[in-house]
Amino acid sequence: MKSLRVTPKSYLLPGIYLLVLILLATLPLYTPPYTIVLLTTIFMYVVLTVSWAIFSGPTKYLSLASAAFFGVGIYSAALLGKSLPLLAFVGVGAMASFVLAFLVGLLTLRLRGVYFTIFTFGLAELIRHFLLFWETNITGTRGRIVVLIDNDVVFYVMLVIFVLTLLAAYFIRRSKFGLALQSIGENEEAAAHRGINVTLVKVITFAISAFFMGAAGAIMATKWTYIDPYVAFNPLISFLPVLMAIFGGIGQIYGPVIGAVIFTYLEEVLLTKFSDYYMLIFGIILVVAILYLPKGLVGLVQKWRKRTPAVKQTPLSK
Amino acid sequence: MIKTVLDVVIAGLLMGGIYAIIAVGFSLQYGVARVLNVAHGEFIMLGAFITWTFYTIVGINPLVSLVIVGPFTFIIGFLLHRILFTRLRISSPSPGDFEGNSMLASFGLLYIIQNAAILIWGAEVKGYSYLTSSVNIGGAVFATNRLVTALFAIGIGVAFYVFLARARIGKAIRAAAQDSTTAGLMGVHINLVLALCFGLGAMMAGFGGSLVSMMYSIQPAMGFQYTIIAIIVVVLGGLGSITGSFIGGFILGLVGSIVSHWQPALSLVAYYVLFMLLLLIRPKGIMGK
Repeated sequence: MKSLRVTPKSYLLPGIYLLVLILLATLPLYTPPYTIVLLTTIFMYVVLTVSWAIFSGPTKYLSLASAAFFGVGIYSAALLGKSLPLLAFVGVGAMASFVLAFLVGLLTLRLRGVYFTIFTFGLAELIRHFLLFWETNITGTRGRIVVLIDNDVVFYVMLVIFVLTLLAAYFIRRSKFGLALQSIGENEEAAAHRGINVTLVKVITFAISAFFMGAAGAIMATKWTYIDPYVAFNPLISFLPVLMAIFGGIGQIYGPVIGAVIFTYLEEVLLTKFSDYYMLIFGIILVVAILYLPKGLVGLVQKWRKRTPAVKQTPLSK
Repeated sequence: MIKTVLDVVIAGLLMGGIYAIIAVGFSLQYGVARVLNVAHGEFIMLGAFITWTFYTIVGINPLVSLVIVGPFTFIIGFLLHRILFTRLRISSPSPGDFEGNSMLASFGLLYIIQNAAILIWGAEVKGYSYLTSSVNIGGAVFATNRLVTALFAIGIGVAFYVFLARARIGKAIRAAAQDSTTAGLMGVHINLVLALCFGLGAMMAGFGGSLVSMMYSIQPAMGFQYTIIAIIVVVLGGLGSITGSFIGGFILGLVGSIVSHWQPALSLVAYYVLFMLLLLIRPKGIMGK
């Protein structure tokens, strides 16, 4: 469709992206450490949100398993951090999440709608409570120390994961595979009748989205130095990506990115300025966002520009 | 051996009564109003804290404060539905969208209510002792408060069931549960009925919280585990089935009692395993259609 039109714009955009990337990659050379730490957190949330949206955006299966996959990454880093090099345990964390998501997907993706949501939420809670039981009753310890890694290194690894996640989201969206996902979201039965292997497409996408979450968890664990099941499998991690994606707007790739960036920054400001009221304000923002921004910030901007309704997907369904 | 079994079974049934009314409230909110209310447990927490406040500061008998807690949580729930969920229901393009959006909105409510409670009452654990003398049931010894709360829970559950079955508005609620659009076409004031359901659900949670506070220590973060229990019981009983939720409550009470007799730290794990197996094998639940 659009590709027939050769305009300078088609060179401009990748150019800008490259420039931003170079700027980000050279940041540790001239910015204070605080900026690097904040950016790492922002990247983490972007990775979680975008990878959540890779699966749940087009298919409209609302997954609340992010905390489970993120936590598996964290625990991989905690268990293997001392014996394996950095990239190896990040890779193991990502693969472990991938495998877990694949198995869980095979089991559960035939569940419809709210059952799937409840199941995925239960998964993170199950792992958390089991680990708590295991640590207190079997090993007799609570929590673990993770290897400490230089902030700049963590930043670069996170940057790479961030770029990979965005690329994956972009290419999945543009491919036939992405179209298959979209059609599953529109009408699963019709998609199956068109010859799409519905189960395989869903399970693989679910696993891919978990892959990036696991990688992000593994690298973030090194920043926290001490972790326990409560930190690693915090249910908030399951909900935040959903909110950030909705806040930004699910229809486009940049929606979740914008949502994650703004939300993380907001969280940082609230935490430092009003730490007592942080969660209260957070709750209020959440309710207001869902009430008044059903299509996210992207939808709002599009409405203001009075363009044709380009965002077809509404948040969540089923 | 028989005495142990009896101990475990009676303890399970006593706890089951509370689980049952909590789950009936949740079932009303999800089954009829289609709000998967993640903040259900927060109403339980509110009920518990109000009861605690009245008992320790004013000296009102916890059982009497049920009369205050019920209407209070009902009004909060009713208003919340009128202000928040009715709007969401109208603005959501499809019922599926509404389910997703309302669940996320209720997640926001969870944080608002819980943190408001922390600001009012503080984050530390509280408690009071009430009717702690022991009572002998067929050889098994329990604190009187457990028996009293279980009886009250069953009484509330039965009264509520009669209300749904007999009262005119109960009939409207059952009609809305089956098909809210058609019920609306038949002259049921649907927004009012849904708000009523949400309010009644919150009221059941408030009652549950009042009763819980008589047995256990309370804290602002206590709500979520009861939400989880409510979700499990409702899925166990069949989404939307009030009777199913009632029976499911007792089943989960029994399971919890059996597991915690054998390994207390694993009871939540056991709930999840039961729950996930249930979702995989029979997602409709025991009373589901």
